[in-house]
Amino acid sequence: VRICIVGCGAVGSLFAATLAQLDDVEVWAFDANRAHVDAINASGLRLSGADDVLGWPRATSVADELPACDFGIVATKAMHTGAAVTATAHAFADGCVASVQNGIGNEEEIAAHVARVIRGTTFPAGRLLAPGHVQWDVKGDTTLGPFEPSPAPLAEIERLAAACTRAGMPTHAVADARGPQWRKVIFNAATNPVGAITGLTHGRVCEDPALRRLVSSLVDEGKAVAAAQGIELDADPEELIDHAARPDVAYDHKASMLQDVEAGRATEIDFLNGGIARFGRELGVPTPLNDAIRALVKGIERSWAQPR
Amino acid sequence: VIERVCVVGAGTIGSLCAAHLSRVAEVAVLARRPEQAAAIERDGLRISGKSEFVARLHATDDPAQLPPADLVIIATKAHAVDAAAARLAGRFPGAAVMTIQNGLGTEEVVRRHGDWPIVSAVTFMSGTRRSDAHVEYELDTATWMGPYAGTGTPFELVQEIDELFRRSGLHSEALRDLLPAQWSKVIFNATVNAVAALTDLPHNRLFAERNDPADLGHLVHGLVEEGKRIAAAAGVRLRDDPWEMNVRAVTRGETGMSDYAHVPSMLEDVRHRQRTEVDFISGALVREAERCGVEAPLHTALWRLVRALERSWELSPAQEPS
Repeated sequence: VRICIVGCGAVGSLFAATLAQLDDVEVWAFDANRAHVDAINASGLRLSGADDVLGWPRATSVADELPACDFGIVATKAMHTGAAVTATAHAFADGCVASVQNGIGNEEEIAAHVARVIRGTTFPAGRLLAPGHVQWDVKGDTTLGPFEPSPAPLAEIERLAAACTRAGMPTHAVADARGPQWRKVIFNAATNPVGAITGLTHGRVCEDPALRRLVSSLVDEGKAVAAAQGIELDADPEELIDHAARPDVAYDHKASMLQDVEAGRATEIDFLNGGIARFGRELGVPTPLNDAIRALVKGIERSWAQPR
Repeated sequence: VIERVCVVGAGTIGSLCAAHLSRVAEVAVLARRPEQAAAIERDGLRISGKSEFVARLHATDDPAQLPPADLVIIATKAHAVDAAAARLAGRFPGAAVMTIQNGLGTEEVVRRHGDWPIVSAVTFMSGTRRSDAHVEYELDTATWMGPYAGTGTPFELVQEIDELFRRSGLHSEALRDLLPAQWSKVIFNATVNAVAALTDLPHNRLFAERNDPADLGHLVHGLVEEGKRIAAAAGVRLRDDPWEMNVRAVTRGETGMSDYAHVPSMLEDVRHRQRTEVDFISGALVREAERCGVEAPLHTALWRLVRALERSWELSPAQEPS
């Protein structure tokens, strides 16, 4: 089986390094970061933290070098999906492509370039420490299912899920993956921007009762938008939020959006709170707090361009 | 007749008041830090920008050293009023006390410490402190003042203070009922200051932009509308529409400088990692909403976020963005 990880940041690296442990899987890692690519090819891709892994995927920044692949796993930031998939689509002419990205709307973007698409959601998290080296902060499950308008065959989805699971990334193949996806987007939209605005880790956000109530209000808006589409969440995002706040889980985790804000990088706010708000508008479900949080984070992004 | 004034707090607003008023009255300043009192005693209080002069006045950090006064102006940050008024308890019999903080509620705090007649004021002037004894005067906009309801403060007293302010070169206006002005300002501040503090944006054109659904102007407008609903429930008719105040401030540029954008005091506090006045601004509005039984989800959210931001500095004082 040949699998290409498209976007080998923190989450992409978790898949690339673990899948590269398997004898029957050939892993390619496509990433725009040349220093990261060169480091992977020179010294391997190292994970440390929740588990210590050294994998040897073949890394490249040149899409033309990619061979035909059975599977793609897209793990770019949501705003880079279009560009990354446009560049790599030729490698997936006969393959299936899964999104394991944050937010809503990535599968639609992938389906514009690829015929067989897998809706995916993943919970593991980490951060890039140095080129070729990723800190694995949190372990977690991945769920894959057909993207309804351009579905991949369930047998193929099961094959990819089995490979990930054997590699140490527990993955479930399901018929309807929208529940886990909305559970995660509601989780992310309710917590990531709050961390990004306040500078607090996930645990710190949750232990402040007033702030935790704000998180719940954001969750409630997301649940209403999911319910209006007939999506059944596979679990309550509130439980996920409290679970992640435990000291042994993700208390000290800085949400990726906080990492982005600290680095002055564009955030995924448009695909999280913006995604919930967009579906809310289409369905006539008001989302005033998600709108407010999105405006604040967009304001933070705009502040970086201000003369001082 | 007001001939002697004591200004408590030598931050930007206190310094601007003290320096200007020293041109028409005997002024003493009560500073919190002895170094600052000494600097003002030694060098005088220098004002630059909209006015250019050095005021010679008496400054001390010891309330016992203050000469008698006819008017005491408390110009500390809102959260420091309680401690400041406690230091004045038992002093200044016969004087009037004027509060000039952002937000709502500091008059009540003062009243707990003495039975002085209280004058409420809100000010739109602003500046930047360059040193302990030098303030840059940036916006020479008005200070509005009125009798604090319930303390029997005569309006004639307010008119006299207004007259004193005008003669000193400051802009002011005496109002029989300050509440409409005070509420216009608290809604404006709860909106603009909190958004600025959370985004690190000075008060610029983005605050009035409402094209794309994610534009900041929608949030600003939503906050203003929520504030107006609270005012209506509290039975207060606003003097100025806070949304129009916002649009005016960012489009015309009250300084006449086309690309000038004011840095609200709450953003200034955040940039210096100093405690903000959010409890007296957003917090006051949310408490009024609760009292009147109306919802305030947006102001509640911003209040919680600013409080959490303050808390993040306590948790990681040395943490800087990498």
